[in-house]
Amino acid sequence: MIASSWLLVAFPALGALILLAGGRRTDSWGHLFGCATVIASFVYGLILFFSSNGHAADTTIYSWFPVGNLSVDFGFRIDALSLVFVLLITGVGSLIHVYSIGYMADDPNRRKFFGYLNLFVASMLVLVLGNNFISLYLGWEGVGLASYLLIGWYTDRPSAATAAKKAFLMNRVGDVGLAIAIFLMFKYVGSITYAGVFQNIGHAPPGVITAIAILLLLGACGKSGQFPLQSWLPDAMEGPTPVSALIHAATMVTAGVYLVARSNPIFNETESGRLIVTLVGAVTLLIGCIIGCAYDDIKKVLAYSTVSQIGYMMLAVGLGPFGYALGIMHLLTHGFFKAGLFLGAGSVMHGMNDEVDMRKFGGLYKRMPITFVTFGLGYLALIGFPFLSGYFSKDAIIEAAFGQEGWRGWVFGLAALLGAALTAFYMTRLVLMTFFGKERWKDLRTAEGKEFHPHESPRVMTIPMIILAIGSVGAGAFFSLGDRLSDWLTPSLGELSEAEHSVLPAALIPWLTILLSALGVLIAWLVVGRRDTPVERPQNVSPVVRAARKDLYGNALNEALVATPGMWLTRFSVYLDSRGVDGAVNGLAAALGGGSGRLRRLQTGFVRSYALSMLAGSFVLVAALLMVRFS
Amino acid sequence: MTWVLALILLPLVGALVLCGLRKNDRTALLVALVFAVVEFVLMIPMWATYQPHGARLQQTTTMDWIPAFGIHISFGIDGIALIMIAVITFLVPIVMGALGRADKLPEGRSAAGYLALILVQQALTIAVFAATDVFLFYVLFEIMLIPMYFLIGGYGGANRQYAAVKFFLYSFLGGLIMLASAIGAYALVPGQGTFDWATLVTVVRDAPLSTQIWLFLGFFLAFAIKAPLVPFHTWLPDAAKEAPIGVAILIVGVLDKVGTFGFLRYCLPMFPDASKALAPLVLVLAVIGVLYGSILAAGQQDMKRFVAYVSIAHFGFIALGIFAFTQQATVGAVTYMLNHSLATGMLIMVLGLVIARGGSTRISDYGGMYKVTPLLGGMLLIAGLSTLSLPGTNSFVSEFLVLLGAFETEPTYAILATVGMVLAAAYVLWLYQRIMNGPVRGNALIGAGGGPGTAMAPELGARKTIRDLGGTEMALLVPMVVLIIGLGFYPKPVLDTVGPSVQATLSAVQGGH
Repeated sequence: MIASSWLLVAFPALGALILLAGGRRTDSWGHLFGCATVIASFVYGLILFFSSNGHAADTTIYSWFPVGNLSVDFGFRIDALSLVFVLLITGVGSLIHVYSIGYMADDPNRRKFFGYLNLFVASMLVLVLGNNFISLYLGWEGVGLASYLLIGWYTDRPSAATAAKKAFLMNRVGDVGLAIAIFLMFKYVGSITYAGVFQNIGHAPPGVITAIAILLLLGACGKSGQFPLQSWLPDAMEGPTPVSALIHAATMVTAGVYLVARSNPIFNETESGRLIVTLVGAVTLLIGCIIGCAYDDIKKVLAYSTVSQIGYMMLAVGLGPFGYALGIMHLLTHGFFKAGLFLGAGSVMHGMNDEVDMRKFGGLYKRMPITFVTFGLGYLALIGFPFLSGYFSKDAIIEAAFGQEGWRGWVFGLAALLGAALTAFYMTRLVLMTFFGKERWKDLRTAEGKEFHPHESPRVMTIPMIILAIGSVGAGAFFSLGDRLSDWLTPSLGELSEAEHSVLPAALIPWLTILLSALGVLIAWLVVGRRDTPVERPQNVSPVVRAARKDLYGNALNEALVATPGMWLTRFSVYLDSRGVDGAVNGLAAALGGGSGRLRRLQTGFVRSYALSMLAGSFVLVAALLMVRFS
Repeated sequence: MTWVLALILLPLVGALVLCGLRKNDRTALLVALVFAVVEFVLMIPMWATYQPHGARLQQTTTMDWIPAFGIHISFGIDGIALIMIAVITFLVPIVMGALGRADKLPEGRSAAGYLALILVQQALTIAVFAATDVFLFYVLFEIMLIPMYFLIGGYGGANRQYAAVKFFLYSFLGGLIMLASAIGAYALVPGQGTFDWATLVTVVRDAPLSTQIWLFLGFFLAFAIKAPLVPFHTWLPDAAKEAPIGVAILIVGVLDKVGTFGFLRYCLPMFPDASKALAPLVLVLAVIGVLYGSILAAGQQDMKRFVAYVSIAHFGFIALGIFAFTQQATVGAVTYMLNHSLATGMLIMVLGLVIARGGSTRISDYGGMYKVTPLLGGMLLIAGLSTLSLPGTNSFVSEFLVLLGAFETEPTYAILATVGMVLAAAYVLWLYQRIMNGPVRGNALIGAGGGPGTAMAPELGARKTIRDLGGTEMALLVPMVVLIIGLGFYPKPVLDTVGPSVQATLSAVQGGH
């Protein structure tokens, strides 16, 4: 059973190969074939899931690049953690593939789109299935490529191309961290496999373990859009909406959380490493919430919401044994409701001529009832409405955060709590602006001058939304009742520890969370719901809002610290090379030749001078040889 | 007769045959292609009969040349020479196929002459890799410049004379200094002297450090110019810019590798103590090459100069791998030599096809080509991804091995070079974006004239059709794509071939004083 696990990857990889290499011949059936491969993978994943007990089973598929004492295999590990991810990726992936049939129906390159999506699924499966850090790295950069291709899907849009490049570059910065972490493992632990590294990591010097942990975190920050590498993720919304749902919400961007959870034996050894993970998570979750409150672009609000929710997951896995399973649980429930929300947003855009500005929406609940209901359930799940998914998974993280000792309990607990209130605010604002209020689009025109005719999406799109909505409602309860998920994950992540004490009474925390979330909803209603939303964006706003609209100056900082100096360095280097290094060479040549004209003359009569220099050279040669021989 | 000798002689025969075909370009191309393909086929039994764990040098032939000085004409191969010979036999048919697609001959030049020169170049390059006599190596190292001088100077762009002379002078001077060192090494042999590599190695390696350092520097300089390492690199951008596309592939893809091959075959085993003593110097140059080359690549306005600077950065990686003295790093460096030929060869070819359509080598003359030529866009992306060493492409394996292996002994240099990974992504994707993305624009390609397949060039006063890749062009590129992805997932045959040779080279270094 385990030995044939390569089939999981083979289905979508074959799909990508056939759709991308097959060209236009496969146009008529390519989308169906693309869906079929992912569904086949999902079915096979289910079979594996039910035949596994969750304990790690490693299998080597073939020897990839063995050199000396380094042995890199293409190998998979089937265990509780990887199986959960396999089901998430192929399950949500199947739904989004099906949805894309409808969403991309008008795109002449739909077949290529499915090829890229299949490439993504195959890479993502390699990422989570790999049984060593280099197989993981293969998947890690493979999903980066798929993400690059799909963000830049609309190739003639300069903003899409720039966003795609930015995503790839910021990911590469993180990847450098991951790569150096692997170098350190090989140097100090002598292995790059999970089995080898996890078993012997304790023998490495403590400083090295912490360095590895921080470098892994850098990789995680790049992939998961965490501070300070968060700014690519909102820009990635340039891609088609199914891409945002699958790659930039449900699966790829959570790979950083997977990496930390997977490397739990490393993080267990370094308290300072874990602390930095938690800090990054806490900072990011607040950044994401604050910026999310200020945007009017429906996808960007959802994107910052993703940044912030992954911050929660990071915070959780940073708590070590207290939080690994909680982070994964939130990751899974988030996969359901955020994918559902994005598909809902896509459905709205589909009905609104690809408009994303919420100020031009309003009153859509009447026109798109199914979208409204499924989106609404996802929204309630996200803000932690009692007994929906987010309620179970997010509250557990907030409680665990308060369970830390001393200042950490207060800082992380309050950050998570504040985040919950802000989440409730910006999501309520989004729902109110989109689905309620005056139908502002009635008096507006699209960029091409057409009228808006909002309508419900076809069934091929709404059915996946309905299924995800069901998941948004029930997944949390299913996972957390009877500790089902954390028990299942124990073989991979260790026993989930419960905090013995808490800086706040544990019984109080759920009530506090609900109260603050309700407050967020209320404020949103007071600010947005009670009065008409102006179609034009108000310019006279407080400095906080202004900063949030500018992504808290994250991009400006990148520009000032990296882009501008980099550009000047490039210009200076080009100047230096042509005037300095090459100039010196030409100058020297000219000086030796007695003026620059000489060099030019040399060129015209070159064959002669070549013969002459050969003759001279040979003469010197023979002379030298004779001297050597008789000396 | 060994396979190696056959591989050296066959292209020379081909060149002679071509000399009789001055009139007919089509026949000349056909004949040349037949010779090139047969050459490639002959390479296969050479590889098949090579035993990685066998003797240090295999398939050897020796005959006297100048007995008075112990100079022989002797050839033989190890695993490293083998893969370099293999890659040139693979690339030459593609280079020839580029004629008429990516390359147009200047007015009044016959294809026969051009193709004959390429065949001679191929024979001499194979001979350089196969030479096992140091003097023979020197002679071939210099003679090899002559066909290339005529290829650049006779068939290149506007500034071809300048570029050809610069190329020639640089390499020739480097060679002369190497000659001095070779004679110095010869002088160390007691009794009847010899230039036989295997003998010289055993003698010279015991010389005192100061002697070794002087002799090492002579060889090193020649190879550092060839490879090229910063600051000896400025001939390459000019040569690559002015040379025809096919010739640029040969320069960057194969000829330059003689330099890094020389480090491995001559510098390390002959002067192990000097290699170790001077390694920090080389490593500094290597890392400067990686970073400086990458930054300059990002700053280039011209596609062909861009490729040259990318190569300079990659040669930095190779030098880093060689002078870190670990098995992983050096195997990485050797496979890098192969993979760089494929990746950069394909990149030059694709850019050549872009240039053939747009008629300009300036990057800013292009934009939005993907809409018009999606296949060409896809090929540029594949070449680019291999250039930035994406896992799953051939280059990843070698770059990762270089960095991982170098990190073991030289962590600081390895970390600095790792920054090159980010820079590579930056210059490749920016190039791609400027050529392929955005609206169709620029001086070379203005205005999309009716959907895929055509674009308008109003300055010509008529519709100029920009076609996507045709069958022949795909035939040139697909073999490279197959190898790029194939070696990305299954590099083991190459690793197994070079492994023992690398180990022998390294144990020679470790066994020094």
